[in-house]
Amino acid sequence: MQWGSPLVAVAVTFLLGAAAFAAMGEPPLAALHALFVAPLNDLNGVAELLLKASPLCLIALGLAVGFRSNIWNIGAEGQMYIGAVFATGLAIHFQDRWGGWMLPAMVLAGIAGGLAWAAIVAALRAHLHASEILVSLMLTYVAALIVKYLVFGPWQDPAANNFPFTVSFDENALFSPLMNYLAALEGTRLNTSLLLTLAAIPLTWVFMKFSFTAFRLRVAGDAPAAARYAGHSEKRAIWIALLVGGAAAGLAGVTEIAGPIGNLNDRWTPGYGFTAIIVAALGRLHPAGIAAASLLMALLYIGGETAQVALQLPRAIAYVFQGLLLMALLACEVLVHFRLQWTASTRSSQAA
Amino acid sequence: MDRFDPLIASGIAAAIPLVFAALGELVAERAGVLNLGVEGMMLIGALAAFATVAVGGGVTLALGAAMLAGIAAASAFAILTLTLQASQVAAGLALTILGTGVSAFLGRGYVGFRAPATFEDLPVPFLSGLPVIGPLFSLNLLGYAAVAMLALTAWFLFHTRAGLALRAVGESPAVAHALGLRVTRIRYAATLFGGAMAGVAGCYYAVAQFKMWQEGLTAGNGWIALALVVFATWRPWRTALGALLFGGVTGFGLYLQAAGVHVSPFVLGSLPYLATIVALVAVSASPQLLRRHAPAALGKPYFEGD
Repeated sequence: MQWGSPLVAVAVTFLLGAAAFAAMGEPPLAALHALFVAPLNDLNGVAELLLKASPLCLIALGLAVGFRSNIWNIGAEGQMYIGAVFATGLAIHFQDRWGGWMLPAMVLAGIAGGLAWAAIVAALRAHLHASEILVSLMLTYVAALIVKYLVFGPWQDPAANNFPFTVSFDENALFSPLMNYLAALEGTRLNTSLLLTLAAIPLTWVFMKFSFTAFRLRVAGDAPAAARYAGHSEKRAIWIALLVGGAAAGLAGVTEIAGPIGNLNDRWTPGYGFTAIIVAALGRLHPAGIAAASLLMALLYIGGETAQVALQLPRAIAYVFQGLLLMALLACEVLVHFRLQWTASTRSSQAA
Repeated sequence: MDRFDPLIASGIAAAIPLVFAALGELVAERAGVLNLGVEGMMLIGALAAFATVAVGGGVTLALGAAMLAGIAAASAFAILTLTLQASQVAAGLALTILGTGVSAFLGRGYVGFRAPATFEDLPVPFLSGLPVIGPLFSLNLLGYAAVAMLALTAWFLFHTRAGLALRAVGESPAVAHALGLRVTRIRYAATLFGGAMAGVAGCYYAVAQFKMWQEGLTAGNGWIALALVVFATWRPWRTALGALLFGGVTGFGLYLQAAGVHVSPFVLGSLPYLATIVALVAVSASPQLLRRHAPAALGKPYFEGD
């Protein structure tokens, strides 16, 4: 049943979606097919799916570590922004000087940016007891404004006619396209950052399964009293939970701006940091589940874009599906925790 | 002195919706229900209100529509958490994501229109002409309603039997249940009240303040309202104090701009969020303070059995 509830939730969501289409006068099956099957008909569609799933998966892997210890970092979006800002700072100031070292430096800078933004949350939560939920979310709004300030101000491309973006990154500052190594991928936008994600999945699994740190985090989440009795430091658990999520989000930020985007602008993310929360929950905080869930959520994004073009529906339909999916998942959890019992018959048998 | 009047007026304008949303959440939290979906309920309420005015429904009908929409959104949350025992944190996040999506999806047709009707200012003769406190007496209908709701909520929570029952449910549902109180039913009522109030706040943004609809109109104010409840240590009148403080920060930014001080709008825009963090830390830094005032069963599910 543990893996049943996500599957039931997905089925319920698509049923609700079909009902909604029917209510709007669209033939439901044709609409669902147009949104979620047709885009994957060619190699390019599948490549785009992987491209969107990759940052979702990275962030969700990091968040899952924290969620296991009951620390709710919902500001991954902001941590991703700051990671991208740090990396962009290097890219636009040093890109003609550092040659091949540029990209590794940017990756490290991105991780550092995510760490720094999450560290604020961790410090305020661990030492001053402020709610990590509210602080991390508030910092997301601040991070978005920092990006806006930079791309409308000091970092704006002088040749951009006042459009809010930085200069495009040099080749040194970009992940190289996978098609350079694999001719079969000709024409797709996939890049080497996908390999980082593919490596992160088993690494996270090993970390969760075999490391003492991960065990401590789980105890802190499942049985705080036991953790305290065993002498595990609560503060340490909070710091690790938030920093892992921040690092993953910062890294995801770099893979986006140094991948398909190629510069920093004010609307480069469709909310990966928020969607990753759903990915982590849907994947039941397990790396394999997260990988599968990130593909599904990426499919919702792609469906949203297709809906915009093919059915003239707004892109926000992706968020409607995401919200429905999370709600359906939570409703299905009841099947994991409780067993259905028909009380009417028990009552009458007691009476008899 | 005149120079400060617009500052005070814009501060109050920013505070009013926060008071509604925070009061609703405060009542829910006093009953032990932590609903992180305030932002989502506000957005749905805002769209319902705007759509009502846009089709010529008038402001009273818009207010009603917003409250109903808020209640509908809150009932989805209530079914998940109170009947199906889902995690309140996760369900609240889901509600915010769903509310953001649904309002953006359904509101697409209303982007770019101006609200044909709005809440007019109702100045009290003489008093509204006073310096400094004048703006307090030229509010619109919702402004006065916010003050009335503050008094009403404080009276209800601390001077009625029903209020006592609600707080008992939030402190110890098991004891409340043993006393014969219907824990789940009371929590439902508190949660739906929170939804209605969030709807009113949304109506204020769409119809009274911005007089238009756009995606994510509420700009995180639902989350600020959540922080306000903590800042107010779960006491109604203090939410007003906190809301005025936040409103003041927003108003101060506008004032600086009007006074010709050159500050980046993005820096000004981040002030309310930073102020929220500072306020939250100021209150949370003393764990005793929070432990003494937070409802003991806040966020914990309670299974009533039969």
